Amino acid sequence: MAAPTPTTAPDSGASSDATYRSARVPLLLPTWLVIGFFLILPVALMAVYSFLTKEMRGGVIWEFSLAAYDQFFINRGLFGDEPASLEWTYISVFGRSIAQAATATTLCLLIGFPTAWFIATRAPATRGVWLFLITVPYWVNLLIRTVSLRFLIRENGPLNDALLGSGLIAEPLALINTNFAVQLGLFYSYLPFMVLPIYAAVERYNFTLSEAAADLYASRWVTLRDIVLPIVKPGIIAGCLLVFIPSLGAFLAPNLLGGAKNFMIGSLIEEQFKRSLGNWPFGAAVSMILMSLVLVLLLLYARSMARAEAR
Amino acid sequence: MNRLISTTSALCLMAGAASAEGTLSVYHWFEYIPQELVDKFTAETGITVTIDTYDSNESMLASLKAGKLGQYDVAVPADFMVEIMAETGMLDTFTAEEMPNLPNIAPQWLDVPFDPGRKSSIPYQWGSTSFAVNRGVYTGDISSLGIIFDPPEELRGKINVLDSQNEVLILGSLYLGVPQCSTDRTQLKALSDMLVAAKQHWASFGSDTAKDVMVSGDAAAGMIYNGFSAKARAEGANVEYSYPKEGHVLWMDNVVLLKDAPNRANAITFMNFLLEPENAAAVTNYAAYTSGVSGVEPFLDEAIRTSPENNPPAGAAPGVFAQVCDEDTQKLYDAIWINLKK
Repeated sequence: MAAPTPTTAPDSGASSDATYRSARVPLLLPTWLVIGFFLILPVALMAVYSFLTKEMRGGVIWEFSLAAYDQFFINRGLFGDEPASLEWTYISVFGRSIAQAATATTLCLLIGFPTAWFIATRAPATRGVWLFLITVPYWVNLLIRTVSLRFLIRENGPLNDALLGSGLIAEPLALINTNFAVQLGLFYSYLPFMVLPIYAAVERYNFTLSEAAADLYASRWVTLRDIVLPIVKPGIIAGCLLVFIPSLGAFLAPNLLGGAKNFMIGSLIEEQFKRSLGNWPFGAAVSMILMSLVLVLLLLYARSMARAEAR
Repeated sequence: MNRLISTTSALCLMAGAASAEGTLSVYHWFEYIPQELVDKFTAETGITVTIDTYDSNESMLASLKAGKLGQYDVAVPADFMVEIMAETGMLDTFTAEEMPNLPNIAPQWLDVPFDPGRKSSIPYQWGSTSFAVNRGVYTGDISSLGIIFDPPEELRGKINVLDSQNEVLILGSLYLGVPQCSTDRTQLKALSDMLVAAKQHWASFGSDTAKDVMVSGDAAAGMIYNGFSAKARAEGANVEYSYPKEGHVLWMDNVVLLKDAPNRANAITFMNFLLEPENAAAVTNYAAYTSGVSGVEPFLDEAIRTSPENNPPAGAAPGVFAQVCDEDTQKLYDAIWINLKK
């Protein structure tokens, strides 16, 4: 009775701990089921398939084989009897996809950051409207949006008609089936994934910090570089990852806007399952290699986040 | 609006009546069967039809292999794919008694190498693959596959080729006079080099877009199926289909009875229905190819029956069917394709 408060506090803590401990398994079960069923199982299946023997025209034979990884990394010439050397074919496909995803990410960041900043600095009542406007186009299926873009930029499409009509150009621009078109498609597809996380970060930014910096004679640029960017960095990194990773495996934009002239990682994998190459272990191996790459990226991100928090 | 409502309610009524008679699950190419014909089948037999579509023989094979076999009753593979599916044990057989309309099959399509004696398949449509040229852009001679593989100045950078290994490599082989399933190093090297050199003049690879790019003008010439070319012309494009002097690819799509079909009897009813000349003609009028059934002529639209795409000029070089290569040979062709698209 003398000191009820100090004793009850740790007690209640202990009891709630116990409550959670007894309920831990049922509480975690849904999460584990989701992770197990939708993540671990498919990835494990893919990992296993990548080490199996290819059955002609799709399917696998349940015999261990390294042929898929061998095909990816080792070149023995068309007839398979030349001395082994490093295979550049698939590495160059990865290089092209990575370069493309990086460009798309940069473009999205250049447009996405100011956009997010603009929205976050509006009056709270109108922010919702701006966010709503950003998401409206994404109610439409990605395939349909990509095809529509095709219609817009084709040689006798509305964009060229408008430019020709205004006298800005004399000849229609050849936009379709170019890298520019692919970039445009990726940029358009993934822009909100950049805007939304950055917006979330900027919205929480305390603007009095900028005022304080200005009071201390920091230029706008210095304020942005030393105050704003470090604070909203997690949002920027999250946005970059959300754009970069899906761009890496994208095949709708390269196929429909770029003319499908060169394999991207996505179309290379698709071809192994849905088309004539029909090599499932190889498709699985390419997916595994792609996933390992992405995983390394995510680990680097997690580490930089941990370091930032430690500071 | 009223019509929409009445159509919908009619469909609902039909569906209600149909469920008593069972269902039929069809795995079909996209845009390849007129809805009216499906409705007619349901009205005649009371069988409800569900159709899933695919966009290539290989993707159909892949999803059947991945576990869909046993869910569908019939599919519509091309000639070489019938052979592959039969070899892999994916097809069921029927007897002549079960299929009373079997004699309606045109004589030349009765005993075919990919299904001797027609035990698992019936003809759906057949046609050819070569190329079409927009005559507004290029008025010169289009009697050679060189239009695609060594294009004249006017067409460079404005060519669409099918995004299909089989068709590109076979037409390329025809152009060079290389036999299919060759294992000759010099020939394969020449084929690969020729394709890589030709690719710089190509704007795009696309199969399902092959017609649209000709209509929209994105491409001025393109590898294309004859029916697609006819449809492009019907949609107002100034295109001419060529039967090149080096030859063209012939193909026949066939309705096959799948193994473990959940509604085997309904599948056979459907196949038998498709062998009625009037129904076969309805598909032809829609898809603009050629039927493999005798006696369809009275039911064909005049424009389809006499279309230049379906009637090769006298003296045109013969078409060739795709051959199924053995695994080691196929590897070489796969490598050429990967190298072309890498």
